[in-house]
Amino acid sequence: MDKILEVKNLRLYYHTNKGAVKALDDVSFDLYKGETLGLVGESGCGKTTTGVALLRMPSPPGRIEEGSQIFLDGRDIMGLSEKQIRKDVRWEEVSMVFQGAMNCLTPVYTIGKQMLETLQEHREMEKKQAEKLIKEYLGLVGLPPEVMNRYPHELSGGMKQRIVIATALFLKPKLVVLDEPTTALDVIVQAQIINLLKKLKKTFDLSFIFITHDLSLEAEVSDRVCVMYAGKIAELGTNQQIYGKQGPMHPYTEKLLLATPLLKKKVETLSFIPGAPPDLIDPPSGCRFHPRCHKVMDKCKEEIPPLLELEPGHMVACWRCVK
Amino acid sequence: MSINENDVILQVQDLKKHFMPHQGLLQSLGTKTKKVIKAVDGISFGIRRGEIFGLIGESGSGKTTTGKLVMKLIEPTSGKIVFNGEDVTITDRGRTKAYRRQVQMIFQDPYASMNPRFKIRDVLGEPLIIHKIEGDRLRHEEMIIKSLTEVKLNPPSDFMGRYPHMLSGGQRQRVATARTLILNPMMLVADEPVSMIDLSTRAEILHMMKDVQRDLGLTYLYITHDLSTARYFTDRIAVMYLGRIVEMGRADDVIDNPIHPYTRALIDAVPEPETGMVDIIKELPISGEIPSPANIPPGCRFHTRCPYAKPVCSEQTEPELSDVGNGHFHACRRWKEL
Repeated sequence: MDKILEVKNLRLYYHTNKGAVKALDDVSFDLYKGETLGLVGESGCGKTTTGVALLRMPSPPGRIEEGSQIFLDGRDIMGLSEKQIRKDVRWEEVSMVFQGAMNCLTPVYTIGKQMLETLQEHREMEKKQAEKLIKEYLGLVGLPPEVMNRYPHELSGGMKQRIVIATALFLKPKLVVLDEPTTALDVIVQAQIINLLKKLKKTFDLSFIFITHDLSLEAEVSDRVCVMYAGKIAELGTNQQIYGKQGPMHPYTEKLLLATPLLKKKVETLSFIPGAPPDLIDPPSGCRFHPRCHKVMDKCKEEIPPLLELEPGHMVACWRCVK
Repeated sequence: MSINENDVILQVQDLKKHFMPHQGLLQSLGTKTKKVIKAVDGISFGIRRGEIFGLIGESGSGKTTTGKLVMKLIEPTSGKIVFNGEDVTITDRGRTKAYRRQVQMIFQDPYASMNPRFKIRDVLGEPLIIHKIEGDRLRHEEMIIKSLTEVKLNPPSDFMGRYPHMLSGGQRQRVATARTLILNPMMLVADEPVSMIDLSTRAEILHMMKDVQRDLGLTYLYITHDLSTARYFTDRIAVMYLGRIVEMGRADDVIDNPIHPYTRALIDAVPEPETGMVDIIKELPISGEIPSPANIPPGCRFHTRCPYAKPVCSEQTEPELSDVGNGHFHACRRWKEL
């Protein structure tokens, strides 16, 4: 299978007055064509930061550090100028559905006008032609063409989310980063949007990066799952390896799964992870998870565990797993 | 603590809250009848002493409005609220204040519900001042320490001098709980207390709330959209749809053997961490979204989305809650045929 994306040693630091916040430290992963890779973890673990790094637009004061490499369809995008990125990468090749984007639609413009703006920024197109295309995409996400003349406040959350998804697909990107696309929605609407995304992925032959904190949802959408903790990858494996019989290998993933309440199975006590994620200006030495880990050893406190492939496709960064 | 079925601490009877939207002059000339938003449209339930009662629903179902009515933050349009044997539907200011000492609230967002300029000591001390609790500073300090210990923020002296921004989300929600406990309430209303908290610590907060409830013999009204935490946390639940309760019973009964088509759809839509779902497009029994509470469908208000709806559902009057035994209530006329 061809790789659509290769990320190598990605480091992204936020340079604040108090020092550099090491939001991403040495993150490497691949994404194959037609695949959905899930990024999961607690808030502040670097999921969204990874997403925006792929569009090369870290929010200030963030900076992608020297030595980070991102190959998109075989092309190194770290070497490109901002102008080139705008011209042929951002939204053309990679687009993103931002978290809470549905609440960022301009309240004073009609939906049609907002969508037209995105389109005309990138394509020279007659207004009539553009409107035809907008209507086509609205249809694809299951909305009637009249929505063009409506204002955001007239639409429900689910409808707005469909519009944001349509806008991300306009320019026929190959890769779409979906950052918590269903968090603010009710369960039934969430299930509708997930179904829509699965259909669109087939229709347009897309690859997805699906960011969420909800492991149950991740299990339903992702071919492979990447668990992040404090700016590093803790574990990366196929859906079967993480959620299957054998179960996860990293203590963090293990605990996170146990902390997820299940609807169809009653448990007496839910487990939780004591403490809170660390400060990333001065992260803990060795394994960043060691202060909260229930299987901690002396070595964990001193040396950073490498991300090793334990079985084909299953990578874990834990000293316990190094034989 | 065993729960006595007949010892009801809070009884809500046919409670309604209808909002009249503001209309401009031109609008009021144009239309004769005002559109009324029926946020809560006739609900009845009883919460037993020492019980955790969950109110479940999507956004727009009226669950938060019900919470506000119970807290007496808004006035009901009609209906009755009886707390601890006393009718508290209409009360004067003094009585309302006294009521709020007995029924306290935990809010959803621990980042927004605390004054950022207050130290934790002041956050917890404020209710004592508002309710003019007797005692000097030392006595108040003791009460603050006691409530911090109750929510397991140890040692309390470490936390009292801190500001909210110095605490994690989980710790803030503990402080928010301590703030309610300081007045020795009988009942707590918790509106989505863990939805803003990280997954890894969510269970920790629920554990803490359950411990506090058991230790102090409290009663909770837990309002949420999340069925999974409700199953784990509550004794009984009521499922709301468009301002009405459609199903109510023991949490296990309702989730394992749902009767109402709406409850079934909700349960089907919840994702589970299992393999083999990635290429499957889930079949959803119901489509569309919850209708506007300003325009409630006639008859059974769920009939427009119900996969089993027949003409009888829209033609007859609204179905009332009926018991199938074991205290499991539902409001579906055709449940036997489903």
